[in-house]
Amino acid sequence: MFEVLIFATLNGLVTGLLLFMLASGLTLIFSMMGVLNFAHASFYMLGAYFAYSISLYTGFWPALILAPVLVGVLGALVERYGLRRVHKSGHVAELIFTFGLAFLIEEAVQFFWGRATKDYRSPDILDFPLFTLFGQNFPAYKAFMIFISIAIFIALYFVLTRTRIGIIIQAAITHPHTVGNLGHNVPLIFMAVFGVGTGLAGLAGVIAGPVLTTFPGMAMVLGSIVFVIVVIGGLGSLAGALVASLLIGLLQSYAIASDLGMPDLLNWLGVSFERDHPLNDIWRLTLPQIAPILPYLLLVLVLIFRPSGLFGKRES
Amino acid sequence: MNILKSTVWLLRYIPQFCVTLAVFCGGQAFAQDPIRIAFIDPQSGTFAATGESGYLQLQFAADYFYNDKGGVLGGRKIEVIALDNKGSAADSQQQLRRAISEGIQYVVSGNGSAVASALSTAIERHNRRNPDQRVLFLNYAAVDPILTGADCSFWHFRFDAHSDMKMDVMTSHIASNPDIHKVYVIGQDYSFGKAVGDAAISMLAAKRPDIEIVGNELHPIGQVKDFTPYVTKIVSSGADAIITGNWGGDMVALGRSIIDAGLDVPIYTFYAAYDGITATLGEAGKNKIRLVHNDYANPVTNDVRRAYTEAFKAKFPHKDITQPRLATLLQMLTLAMEETGSTDPFAIATAMEDMRVTNITGEEVWMRGEDHQAFQPLYISVHTDENVVFDADNSGFGLVTEFSVPAADTISPSSCNMNRPQQ
Repeated sequence: MFEVLIFATLNGLVTGLLLFMLASGLTLIFSMMGVLNFAHASFYMLGAYFAYSISLYTGFWPALILAPVLVGVLGALVERYGLRRVHKSGHVAELIFTFGLAFLIEEAVQFFWGRATKDYRSPDILDFPLFTLFGQNFPAYKAFMIFISIAIFIALYFVLTRTRIGIIIQAAITHPHTVGNLGHNVPLIFMAVFGVGTGLAGLAGVIAGPVLTTFPGMAMVLGSIVFVIVVIGGLGSLAGALVASLLIGLLQSYAIASDLGMPDLLNWLGVSFERDHPLNDIWRLTLPQIAPILPYLLLVLVLIFRPSGLFGKRES
Repeated sequence: MNILKSTVWLLRYIPQFCVTLAVFCGGQAFAQDPIRIAFIDPQSGTFAATGESGYLQLQFAADYFYNDKGGVLGGRKIEVIALDNKGSAADSQQQLRRAISEGIQYVVSGNGSAVASALSTAIERHNRRNPDQRVLFLNYAAVDPILTGADCSFWHFRFDAHSDMKMDVMTSHIASNPDIHKVYVIGQDYSFGKAVGDAAISMLAAKRPDIEIVGNELHPIGQVKDFTPYVTKIVSSGADAIITGNWGGDMVALGRSIIDAGLDVPIYTFYAAYDGITATLGEAGKNKIRLVHNDYANPVTNDVRRAYTEAFKAKFPHKDITQPRLATLLQMLTLAMEETGSTDPFAIATAMEDMRVTNITGEEVWMRGEDHQAFQPLYISVHTDENVVFDADNSGFGLVTEFSVPAADTISPSSCNMNRPQQ
């Protein structure tokens, strides 16, 4: 049981930190523009595919730098020539724009790279078990993922709170007109934040691609969960995004690792049912079976009891 | 003024346009209508790769065996129309209605027993209500036993072995290995995944009572991002063999996680090959991944199969023949058409009952009349790069058969109580 607990924690940490890289960009973009970017996970997928194609020529390490930059530039262009025009028509139009963009990107990925899973691998240099505990390997690549994610969090936090750019960004979130009147180019700041946000999603794709497999459905699998994190953490809160990501990563991991379920509950209550009972599927339900639904349950609970999210400041 | 001028200018072309149109339409009327087949499978989403490759193979088989050789029924061509069901039962029913409204009489589908079950029920109902507009359902891959068991339909034909037949072969192979004492079962949380788990447990209990089932796990289909937490449980359970019915993206991700964790045990699967899966598993999966299937890939002994595979590879260098039984499906369908001289689904269905054909691999396939279940030899193959003639995903790795069961030994009694319609 002890070894399951250790690995469940490590797995939860890896997943949680990966989710954070996506959620941090999404929450930043939301706090700036007041719009949820439905295409955010699609930029994550683009990151993985770009890195796959680049790594065919240059290997993994240049791809690690180049692919997120490319995705970020693409994101900035989308903001400059797409979102900024749509912005005039209000938030609903922006929402629908990003919604359509998500489909467009998925179709484009299938068009250029095909529908089969791509053989995108982690670099050979990280292809060894970092340590073996109770007969199970912990791949070095996963430790690398944790390292990158934490580095990103520290860098983001430092930039946003300790630098002049960060101060301007924070001001532009709450008082865009005042910042504009002070002579700062607010549209440029928006574009930069959108670019960096999508670039972070791209980076998440680059490092997640080899582990979670690179296929056209990868955006869809992760898309909804990222929104859940941003809402639970509180829209626009970076710390909230981190806490919620780790919470959800660990929650799912522990739920899968546990062996509890309805049979245990029924035993404890001293109730038993026949195997051919009409509701047999419910009596046999186990916690691992419903683990991927738990974040959504948490979402509903948070929305009922704390609608602004764990760390959210404003009600919107 | 200018606009007026250019409009007049354009008017000059109208007679020419009309002539072109008349030639086009007139030409259509002389040629015979193609025989259209609706291919209802995912063409987008998590399982798009599987659906796309099925569509390409069905159209290719139709062209290669029939259209390029003058068609069927005196020159009619077979045309396959891909309709995207996004892997969902609701979308499949919508696409079925579309196919019916376009006058299509044959539906081919296979990815997902939930989809197949919805289609079979919908077609049964539609045919009862619209006897003039009947539709035939040819299932090439959905393997929930219930489709030819309790829920069997006169209008449904299955060309793949169902999961209990495959599980029988798989458990026989496991039972023959004295090193296996603990087995872990993991599958997708829907009818097929549950059927695999239940069958594995009951069959292993009968064949090797000493084998302990150390886990029977279900996970949501197409939703799991990372299988590592599941693998952690598998490792700590001490399992020395894994059984899974996972397919598509869920199979790649599971296989990858098991291999990444350094777990060195045989993994018995239904679908761990092709469409990027073989390339992704690569060297790490060598001699670990085993697959139960019909129509073995290596060694190749049959010239028809060899020529067919080479022709397909020449046309689609990045694709593989993953479902040779799509050709068997067309063989039976066209043979029934030629025998009856018609395309009427009732006549075709009646003619296909108890039909026997020799498939492109040179094996006899029997379509049992009682429940419309096909019987053919079944194989266990291993993922390796040795002695591979036809690899998968151009990776050098492929499937090599190491255990075979003749068709006669795969036959189990039918539990189908079919409701047979009148002509």
